[in-house]
Amino acid sequence: MSPSTRSRLLLAAGAVLFGGLTYACAGSRSTSLAGSGDNAQRVYVAPGEHDELYAFLSGGFGGQVGVYGLPSGRLLRTVPVFSQHAENGWGYSEETKPMLETSYGFIPWDDLHHTALSQTKGEDDGRWLFVNGNNTPRVARIDLTHFETTEILEIPNASGNHASPFVTENSEYIVSSTRFSIPMPNRDVPIDEYKKHFKGQISFITANQPGKMDIAFQLVVPGFNYDLARAGKGPSSGWMFFTSYNSEQANTLLEVNASQADKDYIAAVNFRAAEACMKQGKGRKVAVEYRHNFIDEFSRIARSERKTSITQIQPTECPGVMFFLPTPKSPHGADVDPTGEFVVAGGKLATVIPVHSTKKMLTAIANKEFEGELEGIPVLKYASTIAGEVKEPGLGPLHTEFDGKGYAYTSMFISSEIVKWKLGTWEVVDRAPTYYSVGHLMIPGGATVKPFGKYALAMNKITKDRYLPTGPELTHSAQLYDISGEKMQLLLDFPTQGEPHYANAIDAKLIKDKQIKFYSLAENKHPHVARAEREVGVERRGKVVHVRMTATRSHFAPDNIEGVQVGDTVLFHVTNLEQDWDVPHGFAILGATNAELLIMPGETKTLRWTPDRSGVFPMYCTDFCSALHQEMQGYVRVSPAGSTVALKGNNSKAAAPGGGSN
Amino acid sequence: MTSRARWMVLVAVALLGTAYLLPLWRVDLIAPQYPEGLGMLIRINGVDGVKPNDLNSINGLNHYIGMRAIVPESIPELRWMPWILGALMAGGMLVAATRRRALLYVWGGALGVLLAAGLWDYWRWGYDYGHNLDTEHAIIKIPGMTYSPPVIGSKQLLNFRANSWPAAGGVAMGFAALLVTVAIVQTARRREEAS
Repeated sequence: MSPSTRSRLLLAAGAVLFGGLTYACAGSRSTSLAGSGDNAQRVYVAPGEHDELYAFLSGGFGGQVGVYGLPSGRLLRTVPVFSQHAENGWGYSEETKPMLETSYGFIPWDDLHHTALSQTKGEDDGRWLFVNGNNTPRVARIDLTHFETTEILEIPNASGNHASPFVTENSEYIVSSTRFSIPMPNRDVPIDEYKKHFKGQISFITANQPGKMDIAFQLVVPGFNYDLARAGKGPSSGWMFFTSYNSEQANTLLEVNASQADKDYIAAVNFRAAEACMKQGKGRKVAVEYRHNFIDEFSRIARSERKTSITQIQPTECPGVMFFLPTPKSPHGADVDPTGEFVVAGGKLATVIPVHSTKKMLTAIANKEFEGELEGIPVLKYASTIAGEVKEPGLGPLHTEFDGKGYAYTSMFISSEIVKWKLGTWEVVDRAPTYYSVGHLMIPGGATVKPFGKYALAMNKITKDRYLPTGPELTHSAQLYDISGEKMQLLLDFPTQGEPHYANAIDAKLIKDKQIKFYSLAENKHPHVARAEREVGVERRGKVVHVRMTATRSHFAPDNIEGVQVGDTVLFHVTNLEQDWDVPHGFAILGATNAELLIMPGETKTLRWTPDRSGVFPMYCTDFCSALHQEMQGYVRVSPAGSTVALKGNNSKAAAPGGGSN
Repeated sequence: MTSRARWMVLVAVALLGTAYLLPLWRVDLIAPQYPEGLGMLIRINGVDGVKPNDLNSINGLNHYIGMRAIVPESIPELRWMPWILGALMAGGMLVAATRRRALLYVWGGALGVLLAAGLWDYWRWGYDYGHNLDTEHAIIKIPGMTYSPPVIGSKQLLNFRANSWPAAGGVAMGFAALLVTVAIVQTARRREEAS
């Protein structure tokens, strides 16, 4: 054996030994998965790398949506929806204010509960995120190419839009259903005449055409409280399932009076039958008032349209449109499994989790296996639709999602845990504690035909000792579990904004490659756009002064304005001339009583300013745009009313040869 | 002039023709805050951004150092070059049609001179932009600093690394020059053997 052959053999033996050691280490690591060190690796996204999923967590009473990366739990963005956002001027700028108009006037707040990603063939497609506003009944569309709310529709005859916005398989519809039944039409009646006057509504809203959301039809339904919903699929395609509680129709002390009956109901609505009923002309036009607000793609100005009529359907006049499925007891979630066969009800006060079979339901409807009627709507026999009950699941079952591998995961609010059980055998196979009081949980794609069964996210209402305390008000939290194995494993615990009631998550690939990086200046159709510095100007129309100005690194044009008078309303129309990614400019002026503006490249935004005293007022760029950001400033001179100072704005073009606009 | 040499000339003419469609040169600018890079494509008749607004962005940045904006319409070479290239291609066709050796030498020489002149002009152009700065209005002034990109290769210019390399059209022209050189050498050797 030559020396070189020998050394080569030794090297090979070393490699085997080393490989064996590495393998042994890997082996011992995988057996101690509960160790937090390993969990840290599984949620660690190295600097510069991207998360695997986008997660959209509703903001609850914040009226906004939080966008997080998973598995890291990093907050990427807050998208204001039914809220004002001083950070970027949403709801303060003249362009966005109409988005918050309702039939009650300008309402800059709502309780945003649920999210629903748009779907194609029952799968999340990443085009839009739909959300609901609970207090002033509204639904909204967020366009996921630029993470902005582009459309809001108010729901007439609704009060407490809770069972919303849940989407159908091809985003044909999102829904709205009322949590608080009210007199319909709403009028002055004694509250204790609830049973006589109060009604609920279930609305189907056209959703697959941006800018054209509207009430397709509204069902007038018994005056219960409607809670959550899910669309059917597969055998239950064309159906939508809504939970209801307070079938006792109590109008006071609901915590007791609405908890009397053994069973409440799931309302099963056949929306294809409702469409057919509309075609037969059985819908009835009713006069209402509601608003439809949307942002024009090219001017980026929101318009608020007043609408005055919708079509209502009475289920009694359209047999086959609606059935009640008795369900114990004050159910919250009505969750349809990926095959579309099962509807799982989360009866908050029930001792079992009842699961209805949609196939059995269809047979029972065909065979008329009814136990009676409620206000003319057939009630199916419990035994005819029930597929099984999960026994002793825990306390306070709320909401169920699915992993696509035959298992369901139900959140238990009272016993503070996630319970994993098997569809078909209804056996509980695993439990994992949550910290504390989990409301909804979310599996990415868990509401679709193809769940991404790797993670589950619990959204907790109470955090007590889990984080550094911050006085009486504590953060809500989300907890990420790995559900790819037999046992659920808690990986990560992170604080959330507002109160997330529900969330969706989607493969980042479906969203990140279609991001708009800036708006096209050439396509900007804003009436006060200045596409170059030579187009800027100052103009007086009575008491209103329009300042058409531009922002580019690192100056405004004009940056000296004179001739404004006390009592004028000044509208600063600021166009960001940049055509590059991640170069917003900001605009703020001393004494503005609203907010600042953040203007994205290529966009025009308007700030209203009403100076109440004379003097000289500085304005400046608020977004650190460049090395000379601090120099990006100017002055407005305000003279007393009736002053003879001429209105003018300079254009200090000479200071910027070769500047962005040249 | 052999039939092989003639084919080489024809292929060279075709390669020169690609320069009407493909960019000749590409300059990429990469900085910490531009990880995706900004870039320019230099064509026979214009200068484009690699991405739609790159040229605007480059001009916007250049104003900090007092560099003139790059306005393709105001660069006269970009108006002449398509015609010069057309004339060169016509000359090549004539060489192939007549198969005259002398004409091949003259044409090959002209091609070489014009390509060299093009490169020199590109260097001169970069030199002019990078050195003749508006120091009166420049926002960032660093004594002794100039900003000419390299003709070929890579250079650090403040926070930007500038990479300048031939693009597809430039490579095609290079191959054309190589082919013509081979054709000339072959033709000359054949003549020596024959004499």
